[in-house]
Amino acid sequence: MVCEMEHDLMEDMDIEVLPSMWPEDIGTDAGKQFNIEKPGSDQDMLEEVTIVEEPTIVDFKRLMELTNYTDRGSTQLTYFMKYLEYKQANAVRLLREELDNLSKQRQEVELRKLKILEEHRFEDIRYGDDKRPVSILDEVYDIWQDRPRRKNDVVVQNKGIEIDAEYDTVVYWKQRALHLEKLLEASIQREQTLIEKLEESIKNLERQSTPVEELSQILKRADNFLHFILQNAPIVIGHQDKELRYRFIYNHFPRLQEEDIIGRTDVEIFTGSGVRESQDFKREVLEKGLPAKREITFETELFGSKTFLIYVEPVFSKAGETIGINYMGMDVTDQVRKRERMARIREEIAVQKAKETELNKTIHITEETMRAKQMLATMSHEIRSPLSGVVSMAEILSTTKLDKEQRQLLEVMLSSGDLVLQLINDILDLSKVESGAMKLEATKFRPREVVKHVLQTAAASLQKILTLEGHVADDVPIEVIGDVLRIRQILTNLVSNAIKFTHEGKVGINLSVVARPNFGQSEDGQQKISGDKSNVSVSGLSEEKYFSASQNGSSDECRSPVKSERSRNGATEEQPHSTETTVCIRCDVYDTGIGIPEKAIPTLFKRYMQVSADHARKYGGTGLGLAICKQLVELMGGRLTVSSKEHCGSTFTFILPYKVSIACDNSDDPDDKLSDMEKDDAASDDATQGFFQFQPRTLGSLFSSNGSTRASTLRPQKLGLALPHNLNGFSQNSCSLPSNDVTSNGTTSVEDVIRVTTVTDSPEMSESGSSTTHKPGTENETVVSRDKCAQLQNCIACREIGVETKPSKIQQSSETQEKDNRTCQCVTSRSDSTSTVAKPPLEPKILLVEDNNVNVMVARSMMKQLGHSINVVNNGVEAVRAVQRRNYDLILMDVCMPVMNGLEATKLIRSYEETGNWDAATKAGIEPSSSTSDLQNSEPSTKRMPIIAMTANALSESAEECYANGMDSFVSKPVTFQKLKECLAQFVL
Amino acid sequence: MEVGQIQRQWVDCMKSLFIEVSTLLPTIKTLEGFLDAQFLQLKQLQDETNPEFVVEVVSLFFEDSERLLADLTNALDQKAIDFKKVDAHVHQLKGSSSSIGAQRVKNACIAFRSFCEEQNVDACLRCLQQVKQEYFLVKTKLETLLGLEQQIVGAGGSIPMMELSL
Repeated sequence: MVCEMEHDLMEDMDIEVLPSMWPEDIGTDAGKQFNIEKPGSDQDMLEEVTIVEEPTIVDFKRLMELTNYTDRGSTQLTYFMKYLEYKQANAVRLLREELDNLSKQRQEVELRKLKILEEHRFEDIRYGDDKRPVSILDEVYDIWQDRPRRKNDVVVQNKGIEIDAEYDTVVYWKQRALHLEKLLEASIQREQTLIEKLEESIKNLERQSTPVEELSQILKRADNFLHFILQNAPIVIGHQDKELRYRFIYNHFPRLQEEDIIGRTDVEIFTGSGVRESQDFKREVLEKGLPAKREITFETELFGSKTFLIYVEPVFSKAGETIGINYMGMDVTDQVRKRERMARIREEIAVQKAKETELNKTIHITEETMRAKQMLATMSHEIRSPLSGVVSMAEILSTTKLDKEQRQLLEVMLSSGDLVLQLINDILDLSKVESGAMKLEATKFRPREVVKHVLQTAAASLQKILTLEGHVADDVPIEVIGDVLRIRQILTNLVSNAIKFTHEGKVGINLSVVARPNFGQSEDGQQKISGDKSNVSVSGLSEEKYFSASQNGSSDECRSPVKSERSRNGATEEQPHSTETTVCIRCDVYDTGIGIPEKAIPTLFKRYMQVSADHARKYGGTGLGLAICKQLVELMGGRLTVSSKEHCGSTFTFILPYKVSIACDNSDDPDDKLSDMEKDDAASDDATQGFFQFQPRTLGSLFSSNGSTRASTLRPQKLGLALPHNLNGFSQNSCSLPSNDVTSNGTTSVEDVIRVTTVTDSPEMSESGSSTTHKPGTENETVVSRDKCAQLQNCIACREIGVETKPSKIQQSSETQEKDNRTCQCVTSRSDSTSTVAKPPLEPKILLVEDNNVNVMVARSMMKQLGHSINVVNNGVEAVRAVQRRNYDLILMDVCMPVMNGLEATKLIRSYEETGNWDAATKAGIEPSSSTSDLQNSEPSTKRMPIIAMTANALSESAEECYANGMDSFVSKPVTFQKLKECLAQFVL
Repeated sequence: MEVGQIQRQWVDCMKSLFIEVSTLLPTIKTLEGFLDAQFLQLKQLQDETNPEFVVEVVSLFFEDSERLLADLTNALDQKAIDFKKVDAHVHQLKGSSSSIGAQRVKNACIAFRSFCEEQNVDACLRCLQQVKQEYFLVKTKLETLLGLEQQIVGAGGSIPMMELSL
């Protein structure tokens, strides 16, 4: 019973005293009768663990202090003490109880013994002889040795004595004495049992370990357990005092000796990044008094780059003061790395996803836009075809017999149709530019001609009394390279816009070379020039900002100092050493119209925008024109700007870079040196004409020119510049002739020729011209003759390849044109000229290879007029056969032909020239006739036959193809007089 | 009819052949004329020695073109269209039209050829329509012009000189 009680008590105590010190199983284990002898499963493990005590670095004194001073320490200790005391008290109590019990029993036994003795004495007195000494102990021993009894079995017999015999008889006393003896025996027996028990109990007590031993064992087990945990835990545990000096550290992977750490601070131990941070963090915890966790990345010499998760908790004294910190660190470098990598990946994925979404969106939008644009383009195209059919048919209808009303209706119909067509064209253009489908072409063109033609075209359809004029500065090259169609489109657009918004005064185009495509500067320059112009201008309109000069004035303007200076600077700046140079030409389109209000300027170039709804109603138009112009100009690398003053007029300016194929100095020659020549040169040529004017009066006659202004524009250096272009670069040296004398000589001869031609052409022209009643014939003649002059000059230029005899020859030939039979004359003149070059006076044999009847007819006729009769064959095979029959001085070869194309035929002919046989042709299936081979053998061709390709499209690639196949040159179709002439001049004469 | 009047008509006709302008509104953009400078070349080729040259060339052009157009119509009517053949025809037509300066026919031919390359039957048919249309337009115009010229010559006048550079 006692043992059971003890048991229960202990269990209660356990739960009460050690609630959370260590795992429950251990606690109960330990509590349950403190039996270390019966270890649990975990204890087996523990036994196997050999605890390496080395890593444990304990400042025992400190630990004691800790347990003494810290809250938890003291509580723990108190608990231990209480437990200990309780246990001791319990033991004492147990022992005492046992002792009490025993002594009580003993007393009882003594009492009984006395009583019995008394009774026996009484009996002995009566029956003295019967007395026998009874050894109680002996008897007891005898009884108890055999049967050790359990306490429970001990029955204290307190029965009363029952004696049957009559009182105070001998039997009675005998019976009584026997009975007492029995009682005594029982008592002695009981006593024996108790003594035995006592001894056993004492033995047990001795055997049982003391509580201190038990406790130390428990502690040891806990310690072992902690070691077991710590040994496998990748952590550093430490305690630091208020000054953050290490007082205790446990490190599973020690890199430093204990003495290196204890008593020092982090900063004293390590150096590197992160140390200071951890120190600060610990201090923070120390100050705040709240535990905290943080990840700190260290970069120290000691252990490299590592990230630690640090848990720091403050340690308080009993008074609640912070006296230090407990610190636990775990190396989480890998985890952090992984985590960071994960984060990065996640981030990347997110970014990628976002991008993808964005891209999808963009793609979607782009697709939509493209589809919309495509649809617009397709629609426009689809609409255009039938619409142009309608308009065209309406035009045809207008040529039939109609009454007045019908005609009016038809005109409205036509104009509306035209408007729609134009709108669609504009839309198509715009979408082409925007979608990047607009391809720019690079072709040679003459800016002067473009300006002239634009104005001419505008004049032709002019419904108002307006003066149209054009100024081209002297330094603008005669020929430049650019997309002439687009430039024309821009100019036409701007000019017709200007006309539309101008009711009186003039509309004009100015061309000049500017130094640089610096748009900011050019704006200023524009202001400056216009300012200058209004000063110089002598006309009555000079008070207006936009100059409207008389012819006289304009010629002055052309030569106004500011401008020429600018131009000259520009020209000199543009002097490179290469053969190709870029020149920036500024083009102003000005008018004296209604102008543009300032607020409307920003939206001016936006599509479908017009200055106002009123304007749109009044003037019509699609509102796309300027947008297209702007787009086109920007596409060509320029910028379109506008300056305007309301009620005075507007100026649209664009500067575009053009290529000039050969760099030529055109500003070196001083003007005065050749001024004489300029003066006597009444007739100027188109190429260098710098001023055009279309007066309102001359609406019917399309063109009027002013000789006086032109006089200044014709300059020898212009011709010098013109030469190389006409020569297609065949004699670049001619333009770089260093001496002025040579150039002027050449020019003089040209001038002569021009004069001659002017004279000779005139009668012819007047023949037809005189019959026209509504035109001033002379003007037209001049124009025509001027054109001819230009052509001739080109001829001259062609011929002027350092051969002095040629100008005179041309002169001859032009003189001969007076005569009726041109062919003969030409032939004679040519024979003259050929004789000078020591060539047999034979008519050049020319072969035309062409399959198209119309082309043949045209070419034949042209050649006839040029004084040549030609042989014609229709395809490559026939051409080869023809060449087999005889040699030719020139072969004009169509490229694209049935049976055999021009390229193949050329290859075969070249192969023959190189090898002297027609094997290649035979291989190609052309059998040479026997007669021809004889001929060939007898007259072997010593020179290479010039073969000139005639290509339908003069694209560079096909030109290259022509050259690659052995052709000498190429002429783009349709052939013209000019091209044929140049060709003949180059290869035949 | 009076010669002068015919001459004026001729001039108008010439103009309309070269610069197609709508008469009521000033154009923002010049539309392609029916003819280009090449036609002027032809006119230059005509002289006393060859007074009928233009008529001859133009007639030849008409003859050729009509044959080619018929061939083209036929070729495009086939079930299996021989695009090579079509292309060759169009090339011919392009060549002759460019030689007489019928630029709108020529340009239509250029578009035609590009579709031929794509073997786009629908577009080819549309182009044929376009080419035909342009051809008949220019034919009408040229016939009118040449008719007027004959009238002028017949009435004893001379063909007016015109400055039409393009």
